[in-house]
Amino acid sequence: MNVTAQARELLRRDTTWPFLVPRQRAVDVSHQVILYVEGLSVSFDGFKALNDLNLYVNDGELRCLIGANGAGKTTLMDVITGKTRCDSGSAWFGRNIDLLAHDEAAIAQLGIGRKFQKPTVFEAHTVYTNLELSLKGSKGAWSALTAALTGEQRDRIDRVLETIGLVNARYQLAGALSHGQKQWLEIGMLLAAEPRLLLIDEPVAGMTAEEAERTAELLTSLAGEHTVIVVEHDMEFVRSIARTVTVLHQGAVLAEGTMDQVQNNPDVIEVYLGEDA
Amino acid sequence: MTTVEHNRSLFGNLAGALAQLRAPGEGSSLLVAILLGVTLLMSAANLLLPAESPLYVSTYTITLMGKYLCFAMLAMAVDIVWGYCGILSLGHGAFFALGGYGMGMYLMRQIGDRGVYGNPDLPDFMVFLNWQELPWYWQGMDQFWFALLMALLVPGLLAFVFGWLAFRSRVTGVYLSIMTQALTYALMLAFFRNEMGFGGNNGLTDFKDMLGFDLQADGTRVALLMATALLLALTFVASRAIVQSRLGRVVVAIRDAEPRARFLGYRTEGYKVWLFVYSALVAAVAGMLYVPQVGIINPGEFSPLNSIEVVVWVAVGGRGTLYGAIVGALLVNYAKTRFTAVMPDGWLFALGTLFVVVTVLLPKGLAGLLQRGRTTDAETRGENNTGEVSAGDAPAEPITGEARA
Repeated sequence: MNVTAQARELLRRDTTWPFLVPRQRAVDVSHQVILYVEGLSVSFDGFKALNDLNLYVNDGELRCLIGANGAGKTTLMDVITGKTRCDSGSAWFGRNIDLLAHDEAAIAQLGIGRKFQKPTVFEAHTVYTNLELSLKGSKGAWSALTAALTGEQRDRIDRVLETIGLVNARYQLAGALSHGQKQWLEIGMLLAAEPRLLLIDEPVAGMTAEEAERTAELLTSLAGEHTVIVVEHDMEFVRSIARTVTVLHQGAVLAEGTMDQVQNNPDVIEVYLGEDA
Repeated sequence: MTTVEHNRSLFGNLAGALAQLRAPGEGSSLLVAILLGVTLLMSAANLLLPAESPLYVSTYTITLMGKYLCFAMLAMAVDIVWGYCGILSLGHGAFFALGGYGMGMYLMRQIGDRGVYGNPDLPDFMVFLNWQELPWYWQGMDQFWFALLMALLVPGLLAFVFGWLAFRSRVTGVYLSIMTQALTYALMLAFFRNEMGFGGNNGLTDFKDMLGFDLQADGTRVALLMATALLLALTFVASRAIVQSRLGRVVVAIRDAEPRARFLGYRTEGYKVWLFVYSALVAAVAGMLYVPQVGIINPGEFSPLNSIEVVVWVAVGGRGTLYGAIVGALLVNYAKTRFTAVMPDGWLFALGTLFVVVTVLLPKGLAGLLQRGRTTDAETRGENNTGEVSAGDAPAEPITGEARA
């Protein structure tokens, strides 16, 4: 193409320049699948943390990931949330967003929330401020300088406070919360961001039976509106919430199905449940 | 329609921010009032009272006070990044000195042909080095506005480039501190060289006047002190507004749990870079005010030791509280003035001891002591109240369960 043709192409009045078109941020789930992970491999110094892993998660589903230590559960979350680069494979959010092309902040803004294994909240802030900082919206430094809460956002925070049962602790410093309350606050922070997909790493670790029960209720109620992926070791807890369970082993999917199917799967019995029983 | 709404919300936000600026909280207005009041009284005592009066404040004291206030501003700059964002900068002296050199260049050009060699264009040290014409970077520095602009632009740009490179590569903690230390050390070595054109070892000195006013005159000294106090109050109120805005809350969040903030969608490096640049600008302003009062700027200001001293001031006053940094800087510098008069060689030992004692016994500095007093007061007064809250807010037993692990 010569220069004039290029110029003409550039000056066409019936099209907009590509960089001016707002990037489509809404996730396309027209095929009911919200997360496509295909052929994912990650290795650290020769150790294959993920080995050609394939995983599909439907929109609105509550999925449990189980597996022994080192099975690759956390690495998988790291790749999906942009923390770790993979060696090969692909990860798509809906049909239109390539997760591997975005960084952590961008992925969070796309609507993927992540709860860490160790509850991580902003300890020097109150519960309320923790939720305020988690709200969906502009996350730039300049807009934060003049940002003020709108009435709608206050309502949102109040609703989240009710959902996680911390209404009375709203002005307490997050650092003063009990372990279980911190776990809930962190889940609440994810909810405040109105995510499409929630990745939750060991939500009941260190919780009392009563707290775990409440957490199970909370997570079950979230499914449907949100898609929830839970990583958990506690088999009793998984049984209480899971409809579909995916078993990871040595960086690949070993089995998938309902809890009963998985527990009766001979491979699973051999490598995972067998050790426990 | 949407733009109108957007504009309206933007104006609403701006109005909110301005309201915050106007009402920075009672504690801080108290500090500003004391600061301005004391400055005003000292100025009046210097200018209006005869020298024999017992209440007369000497010009030496005025200048000393001005110097302390510059240090207080520098300490506040360090506190903004260290106390609120956890960036322990051991090189903030670099921004202070760069601002100082900017002002020094202006004052140098004001000497004109009153220098030892009587050259109307070239400062003395250039004549001494047999330079024939003014280097390009000295051009325009005889204009006050241009010198001010450069004295802000150069440190700001340095902070931006340094911060952008360091924070984007996610350098944190001790490694970052070492890098800031290296930055100021490298600048010190560079400014020591005569070929740099900043007077080498001797730096810039022998200033005569500023904006046409004689720098030795009492009136000029007092005006400089008042300008320093005013700018300190202004930067304090502005910094206060920044740390109390949502930006400030995000910054504290980054200090405490950076990965969490990142996974909530914050580009933490952007926040850190802008805060670092702001802090560097405050430090540069402090340097600009420091030089005309002290009458000299030389590469010694870049020495890493100076920057470390600033950190000690902040630690003593209490980091994460802007007023703490100001109080810490004033107290330690006063102590330094008194101590070095009695035992000049012992000061560094005293400083080191002070740092150790504060770190061990008062991790939150003097401000922490004050806060502790206030909370115990509040607790004794409102015992029933707090009891109720803690009983009501625990829907389940607040037991951290090793039971399950």
